[in-house]
Amino acid sequence: MTSAIAIRIVEMLPAVPAVPMADVVEATSHWWAGFILWCPLISLALCGLCAAFRVKSKLPAWITVLSLACSFVLTIILGNLEDVPERIQLFEWISVDWVGGSFVANFALYIDSLTILWMSFVTGLGTLIALYASEYMETDVGKGYARFFSGVSAFLFAMGCLVMGDNLLMLYLGWEGVGFASYWLIGYYYRRPAAVAAAKKAFIVNRIGDLGLALAIYLIWSTFGTVQYNELITHLDAGTFAASYEHWSVEAIPYLLMLAAFGKSAQLPLYVWLPDAMEGPTPVSALIHAATMVTAGIYLIARMYPFFLLEPTSLHVVAWVGGLTALLAATIGMAQYDIKRIFAYSTVSQLGYMFLGLGVLTTYGASYHVFTHAFFKAVLFLAAGAVMHGFAGQLDLRKLSGLRRMKGWRIVAWTMFIGCVCLAGFPFTSGYFSKDAILAEAFVTQGPGFEALGWIAIFTAFLTAYYTFRVWCRVCAGPVHFEPGDELHDDGHHDEEHEFHPHAPRFAINFVLVVIALGALLASVPYFMTNEVSEIKGGWIADMVNDSTAAAGIPGHEEHPGTIAHDAGHAHHGSILGMDPHVAMYWISGVVGGIGLFLAFWLHLWRRQDADRLRSWLLARAWIRWLPVAMENKWYVDEVYHALVRAPLWLLGHIAYGFDRYIVDGLLVDGTARLPRLIARWFQPLQNGLLQSYAVTMAGGAALITLLMVLMMQFFEGGSVQ
Amino acid sequence: MTLQLATTFSQLSLSHYLVLSGLLFVIGLVGFLTRRNLIVMFLCTELMFQAAAIAFVASGRYWFNFTGQVFVIFILTVAAAEAALALALVVLLYRRRSTLNADDWMELCE
Repeated sequence: MTSAIAIRIVEMLPAVPAVPMADVVEATSHWWAGFILWCPLISLALCGLCAAFRVKSKLPAWITVLSLACSFVLTIILGNLEDVPERIQLFEWISVDWVGGSFVANFALYIDSLTILWMSFVTGLGTLIALYASEYMETDVGKGYARFFSGVSAFLFAMGCLVMGDNLLMLYLGWEGVGFASYWLIGYYYRRPAAVAAAKKAFIVNRIGDLGLALAIYLIWSTFGTVQYNELITHLDAGTFAASYEHWSVEAIPYLLMLAAFGKSAQLPLYVWLPDAMEGPTPVSALIHAATMVTAGIYLIARMYPFFLLEPTSLHVVAWVGGLTALLAATIGMAQYDIKRIFAYSTVSQLGYMFLGLGVLTTYGASYHVFTHAFFKAVLFLAAGAVMHGFAGQLDLRKLSGLRRMKGWRIVAWTMFIGCVCLAGFPFTSGYFSKDAILAEAFVTQGPGFEALGWIAIFTAFLTAYYTFRVWCRVCAGPVHFEPGDELHDDGHHDEEHEFHPHAPRFAINFVLVVIALGALLASVPYFMTNEVSEIKGGWIADMVNDSTAAAGIPGHEEHPGTIAHDAGHAHHGSILGMDPHVAMYWISGVVGGIGLFLAFWLHLWRRQDADRLRSWLLARAWIRWLPVAMENKWYVDEVYHALVRAPLWLLGHIAYGFDRYIVDGLLVDGTARLPRLIARWFQPLQNGLLQSYAVTMAGGAALITLLMVLMMQFFEGGSVQ
Repeated sequence: MTLQLATTFSQLSLSHYLVLSGLLFVIGLVGFLTRRNLIVMFLCTELMFQAAAIAFVASGRYWFNFTGQVFVIFILTVAAAEAALALALVVLLYRRRSTLNADDWMELCE
């Protein structure tokens, strides 16, 4: 009896990892790294106080910039320490023990090179964009200024938790936190119905992905008994859970994680929230919806890469979804007129490239593209924001022209040019190298239709070059011409009735634009640096990715024991047009980008009337008319979702409302209550107040009962006697 | 004479008592239904009570079962309590309207 119980308890105990935790160092002496998180949190609190005390100065901005700069400096110091990967415990957060197992999630930081890579651009760009916002948001000083900067601080804290957390629960905290900060800041102009709707849309669409993450974390915990990265990776590496590899949950985990990533990083089924998120202030679009938060999905997959390697089909899905999103978003971006919206679709498209990179086993390419994209997309958005700021909210590229010839706008025009060449992948810019790493790998790695996917991606690169320079040629080049937008500032120094004077950006905006543009240019430098760890090209970024949990996907890297080997993909080195894809891609993408660029210059700078002529030519032909119409209307995806999801849900909601109102409330509750009253109404006339009538009724009733009893007794006696 | 009386009494059967009880009850009932004076109506109910009490006693004697006599004690007690209460109510009603007619209190049904 006792032995049987003992055996059961032993069986229920969580399996102890047989292999000691790889080479993760417990670094309690680096407690100060916690201040990378605490600085934004302190800033959040101080900005909240500023809001409470109605501070009418730029104090909240300076608090935020200073604290984010501290975070950045600490990140750089941390990155230069030798002993990564390391684990820094800040405090005990959740620790529950019971007979069958335990659940531990500490508030600890997991610092490896991937974390450092991500945090460096998150905090760095965060600092610069907060500085930019200090000028951009100045018309709101005293009103929403503190609210805005507390939102930015909250975002940086949540993003820090997401990236630096040592376990999946902290990642989840950050994941939900950035989602909330995003909602907070998209809906910043809460008086504008479109902004409120966009904020709700972003939040609700993200919930679908969050459901996937929550389920994935639960499955991971129930399968492996832990949510800590180092323990998970150790288990996967050592194969201590070999039996559970056959378990269905191990196959389901990558798909659920993928759903989460597609929601946060705006991929195909769930991308619709990102273009609408541009209703927020432009610094928010630049920081959250272009450079940092939307790369959280890439981070999640890179961090959990060993899980994806266990289930290769999931990587094929990632690749295809990424490739198709890249193409779809690029075609929509081509036909839009709102500058910010074009850049938003471009973000979706570039995120698609990153997922393609993850899918074709180049986590290095994906991470490098995340890194370069963060810079050039930030500079593009910030330049667009400067235009919007100066021209009273004007964002229509048909109503702006010749910015580079206007006084005070040269910096904006040329930093935007730098962003454009990088985004277009013009040879020897940062975007060129990071995109090529992904494109080439699509031809190298074996997979279902990866070669076709590679050509789709190359075609998308052509579209990217075209739509990027379409914006620049329209807005920054050409003859000087502009119309103000409808957001008139009431600061009184320009009178709209007579003449509109755009106010050119001042020091803060120009400074930030120049710094980030330089960053975008210099982001190509790591590509030429020599490697210390890995054999492939890519300098310190490749080294950093190689050192982290995302490493398994890098060609040439030693396969992890215990994971399903991917040697098939690497043994056969694919080729493109009979050349090594890595070499051929320099030429192909350069030429393709050049064609797109030439087309954009032709249609939108040299002969602008040709663009209109082309459009009317297309619209006049019945067989091709659908194409520009569909592209301008975003392929009717919103309408399709409306018809397939929103309308049925609306109908269901109203049916449920009707059921509740009329069946449950009306029939069951009120009906039951009404029944006694109804019956009472039949008998009410009997109660007439006449004492004698009561007595007659009573006597009659008693007589009736007596009669009945007598009859019954006679009947029964007669029956018994017979 | 004494003997004759004794035989007469001994010849009294249960049904004599029950007939008496029934007559008393009907008199009480008819009185209750026909009269409008509250005190008379009340007296009629008392009459019906006593009719029931006679039936109980007679039945108890007939079957040598004392339950019937116990019931009578209860009936007397309840009748006394009820008389006190009912008469007090009648007095109160009379003070209000200076009338003993039951029909004047029809609105009490609401």
